[in-house]
Amino acid sequence: MTQPLERNGPPRLALAHVSKSFPGVKANEDISLSVRPGEIHALLGENGAGKSTLVKIIYGVQQADEGSIAWDGQQVSIPSPKAARRLGIGMVFQHFSLFDAMTVIENIALGLDEAVDRDELKRRVAAVLDSYSLPLDPEREVHTLSVGERQRIEIVRCLLQKPKLLIMDEPTSVLTPQEVERLFETLRQIAGQGCAILYISHKLHEIKALCDSATILRGGRVVATCDPKAETTQRMAELMIGAELRQIEHSAGAGAGAVRLSVAGLSLAGEPPFGTDLKQVGFEARAGEILGIAGVAGNGQAELLTALSGERLAERNDAILLDGKPIGQIGAGPRRALGLACVPEERNGHAAVPDFSLADNSVLTARHRLPLAPFGFISQSDVKRFSDAVIKRFDVRTTGTSALARSLSGGNLQKFIMGREIGQQPSVLVVSQPTWGVDAGAAAAIRQELVDLAAKGSAVVVISQDLDELLELADRLCVINEGRLSVPRPIASLSIKEIGLMMGGVHGTAPGSGAAAHA
Amino acid sequence: MTSAILVSILMTLVAASTPILLAALGELVVEKSGVLNLGVEGMMLCGAVAGFAVAFSTGSTGLGLVAAAIAGIATAMVFAVLTLSLTANQVATGLALTIFGVGASSLIGAGFVGKTITRLGPVFPESLSGHPWLRAVFGHDIVVYLSLALVFGVGFFLRRTRAGLILRAVGENDASAHAIGYPVIAIRYGAIAFGGALAGLGGAYFSLALTPMWADRLTAGRGWIALALVVFAAWKPGRLLLGAYLFGAVMTLELQAKAAGVTWLAPELLATAPYLATIAVLTMMSLGRKTGRLDAPACLGKPFSAS
Repeated sequence: MTQPLERNGPPRLALAHVSKSFPGVKANEDISLSVRPGEIHALLGENGAGKSTLVKIIYGVQQADEGSIAWDGQQVSIPSPKAARRLGIGMVFQHFSLFDAMTVIENIALGLDEAVDRDELKRRVAAVLDSYSLPLDPEREVHTLSVGERQRIEIVRCLLQKPKLLIMDEPTSVLTPQEVERLFETLRQIAGQGCAILYISHKLHEIKALCDSATILRGGRVVATCDPKAETTQRMAELMIGAELRQIEHSAGAGAGAVRLSVAGLSLAGEPPFGTDLKQVGFEARAGEILGIAGVAGNGQAELLTALSGERLAERNDAILLDGKPIGQIGAGPRRALGLACVPEERNGHAAVPDFSLADNSVLTARHRLPLAPFGFISQSDVKRFSDAVIKRFDVRTTGTSALARSLSGGNLQKFIMGREIGQQPSVLVVSQPTWGVDAGAAAAIRQELVDLAAKGSAVVVISQDLDELLELADRLCVINEGRLSVPRPIASLSIKEIGLMMGGVHGTAPGSGAAAHA
Repeated sequence: MTSAILVSILMTLVAASTPILLAALGELVVEKSGVLNLGVEGMMLCGAVAGFAVAFSTGSTGLGLVAAAIAGIATAMVFAVLTLSLTANQVATGLALTIFGVGASSLIGAGFVGKTITRLGPVFPESLSGHPWLRAVFGHDIVVYLSLALVFGVGFFLRRTRAGLILRAVGENDASAHAIGYPVIAIRYGAIAFGGALAGLGGAYFSLALTPMWADRLTAGRGWIALALVVFAAWKPGRLLLGAYLFGAVMTLELQAKAAGVTWLAPELLATAPYLATIAVLTMMSLGRKTGRLDAPACLGKPFSAS
C-alpha cells in the first residue's frame, strides 16, 4: 500500500500468547499478532477457526484465559466493549446491530456512549459523511436502506468516536461488487489517517486487494503470518483449510437438455412489513444445467423461493410449469411429489424443525418422494436408513439420527438438509444460499453434489448472494433486483462489472436503489 | 340547564376513561420495551384493594393512591422476575398474573366488602368550579390531571429523550441493544415497574374515586380494554388518549341510556357496548393493516436471555 506505516513506534495492538477455552473446545490457543497504526491487517480463517472469539476478546466481549494485550505499548485489560471503545477500538459487526424501525440518526445516537445533543450530533454526522464522501440520509428509516447503506451507519457510528483501531467482521458478505469497491476506498482512507484496521474475512481475493498483512488461523491456532500480496490465493486457502482445495469438476455438454422448470409472468405481493413484490418473473431451467440467481439480500429472493416451493400460490396455474405440467396453484406437498424440491435460506425453523430429530426432519420432506410413511404410518427403519445414508454421504457431524436439528451447527445442518433433498433425486432443485456459513471444505462438497445432480439430468436453480459461488457453479446467470429478474445469460458472456451493475439496480427504477447505484 | 347536563356527562366520561388511560399508558411503555404483560387486570385489582385498604385504615385517599401504586409495582415484579430472570412465557405468566390478582384482591378485600370511604375529591377549591363550564376544567380530582400530564410526559420521554430512545431500541431489537451494551433486562424491569404502578393507580381509581366502596372484581375487565387500547393506539400516547376517551364515551352513553330509561334495547346488551366497540375497532384496525407496516415493537413478547 502507499500509505506510510509508522514503522518505528510500538504496535497499536499486540496480542501475546492469548488462549481461551470453552467447555469442550479450545477456541484460541497461544495466539500472538500485532497491528501497526495505518496497517490493514487481515484475520483469515474458516468458520470455527477462532476468529470471532479472538475479536470478542479484543473488543472486550469476552476475557482471555491466558496471554496479554498491549495497546500502544502499554499492557491493558479490556473488561467490556465500553472499555474497548474508550481505548479507541471500534467494531463493525457482520450482523449489524441496527434497529429497523428507527431512523439513521437515532441508530447512530444509540451507538454512542455519551448523550449528544440532537443538533450537535447531526452536525458531527454530516461532517463525517462529508469527509469520507459517504452517501447516507440521516433521516431515513433503516428498513428502507440497502445493506451497503446499513453498513455505512455502523461505520459512521465507529468513525464518530475517532477510533484508533477499527475491526471489520466479514464486511463484504452481502455487498455488491461496486459497494465492496466503495467500502475499500473508505477503509483505505481511514487507514491513511493512521487508524489500524483488523479485517476479518475468508474471501482471499479481497484480502489480496486490500490488506498489508495477514494472520491465518486454523483450529484456534495461528498457522501462518504472511503478506497477502506476495502469496497466491491457492496457497492461502490451503493454509486456511489445512488440506488441498477440491476443484469443482463440471461435466461437458451442460444445459442442452429439455426444459424442466418454466416460470412465466409470475407476480406476487411481498410479505409485510418489509417484503418485496415479485414483478413478472420469468425464466427456464433445463435438464443438466445450473441456473444462478444473483442479487443483494431483500430483493425478492425469499418471495421467489416461497412462490416456487408452493408455500404461496401463484395467481395463474400456468405461471409455473414443471416438466410441462402447470403447478402454479398447487401446494408444496404435491409439488414435492411431482419432483420439485426446495431448500430455503433459513435452516432452523424453515428448512428444518429445530426441536425435531434429524430422522423426523427427513420424513417431513422426503415422504413425498420416498416410501418413508406408507399409508400415513412412519416406517422407522426406512427413515433411519435414509437419514443414516444422508449423514454418511454428506459427512454430517452429529451423534446420530436422533439428534435434534437445533443441536447441529449451521454448516452441519445445511449439509444434512442438502443431503435430504438431493437424496430424493428431484427433477428440479431450488436452493437458496446453499453454502452460507458452511466451511470451505464442506461448501466445495455441497457444490460438487449440486453439479453431480445436474449432470444426472435434474435442473438446479441456485439463489445466492455469494457471487463467487455462482460464478463457480452456474451455467447461466440472472440477477434479481427489486423483485424483477433479468434475462438469464450464459456465464461466459458476463463480466463481474456487468453483474455488479445489475445487482446494484441500474436497470431498476425504484428510489431505494439509487444510493446503491451511486456507490 | 342543558350545559349543566352536558358538563355532568363530560365529567362522567372523563372519570370513566381515566383508569383505562392510566393502565393502558403503563402497558404502552411496557410493550415499547418489548414485553407483553397480559396481567394488567390483575395488577389493577391488586392496586384497587391495596388503595382501598390503606385509605380505609388511615382515612387518607392520598396514602391510598401511593399504596395502590406500590401494590401494582409489587404485583408487576412477580411477573418481571418470572419472565425476565427466569424467562418464563410472557403470555402464560401474564394470564396467570390476572388470575392471581383476581384471587388475591378477593381474599384481601373479603373484610372490606360493603365498607365505604370518603371519595377522592376535586383538587381545586369549590370557588373555581362554580360555573358549570369552569367545573369541566377545574372540577376533576388529582388523578385525572396526573393521567393527562403522564400522556404528555410519556410521549415526550419516548420521542425526545435519550432514555426513551434506548427503551424503544430494547423493544425493537433486544439482541442489538445488548450487543451495543445496554442492560436489556434492567431496562425491562424498569418498564414493567412503571406499568405496574400505573395499573395499580388505575385500579385504585375505581375503589377510591368511581365507587368509594369495596366489591369483588371491581375493575370489571377494564384491564383487558386497556390492553386492546394499546394496539388500537398503535403504541402512540396521543392516540391512546383519544382511544381511552372514546371508550369512556361509549361507557357513559351506556349509563345515560340506562338512566334515560331506554327500554327497546336490553340493558345486558347495552352493557356489552364498550366491549363490542373494542372488538369492532380492533377488527377495523387489522383490516386496515394488510398493506401497511406493523407498528408493534419488533421484539414484543419474545423472551430474551443474554449469552
